[in-house]
Amino acid sequence: MDQFIVKPLFGGDAIHWYTPTNVTLWMALTVAAVALMFVAGTRGRAIVPSRSQSVAELAYGFVHKMVEDVAGKDALRYFPHIFTLFLFIVFANFLGLVPMSFTTTSHIAVTALLALAVFLSVTILGFVRHGVQFLELFWVKAAPLPIRPILAVIEVISYFARPISHSIRLAGNMMAGHAVIKVFAGFAALAAISPFSVLAVTAMYGLEVLVSFIQAYVFTILTCVYLKDALHPHH
Amino acid sequence: MEGDIVQMGAYLGAGLACMGMGGAAVGVGNVVGNYLSGALRNPSAAAGQTATLFIGIAFAEALGIFSFLVALLLMFAV
Repeated sequence: MDQFIVKPLFGGDAIHWYTPTNVTLWMALTVAAVALMFVAGTRGRAIVPSRSQSVAELAYGFVHKMVEDVAGKDALRYFPHIFTLFLFIVFANFLGLVPMSFTTTSHIAVTALLALAVFLSVTILGFVRHGVQFLELFWVKAAPLPIRPILAVIEVISYFARPISHSIRLAGNMMAGHAVIKVFAGFAALAAISPFSVLAVTAMYGLEVLVSFIQAYVFTILTCVYLKDALHPHH
Repeated sequence: MEGDIVQMGAYLGAGLACMGMGGAAVGVGNVVGNYLSGALRNPSAAAGQTATLFIGIAFAEALGIFSFLVALLLMFAV
């Protein structure tokens, strides 16, 4: 499907690490959109907020409360990173819904980098904060002693599966949603079922708006869960 | 001739992998249904559990996405 193809912006076919592609363009637009809302939108610092300022305040309060509720009060030090992640993903998802645009988060390369950053920083944080005691995360004290080694193996496997599921969930959801819209749009070529096609595309688009937000929310909340495990590894 | 059979197997496998999505559907429905029945019994406790609800949905749904991924790999990568 051509909406997922990575193309160089200025002609040619070769893609090197420095080539500006449509991924670069839409990521830059994402960052620009976030900056526009949070730098330009909150410039007034009004006591009675303007429309854009109140949206920015709502987003801030929403993620702040999520971090505090899920990961605890001492996780608020890492709130800027989590908030940045949330904003980047939510804006990338929404910009991907603009017709003819490119969804950067539908590529596993992008989401894998986001998930790996979370995974590595959380693991390093756990070892820095707790030293070797961080490994108690894998030694389930609540279980009877004979079962613990088996559980430890399962816990280690599930720990290393985290970045995989974390990244594939976001990329898969975005890719699947866009592919379904594309399939329904393909039905429009047949005149007999084209009204159904238009209705289906509209309905799926509405669902996609919801999914875009929910997946950003899920990615952020799982980051909070992993952060909580690093800060409090004792079961 | 041999390549055709391999192709057929990949397409059949992709179709079979889509059954996994049904499992994810059952899982997500189970999570939300149980949340709803709990929330209707004790509405005051419901608001505090929405985060847990979404984590549960995410874990159940991830496995469906994996089956989708397997289908895609069979279609385009094998």
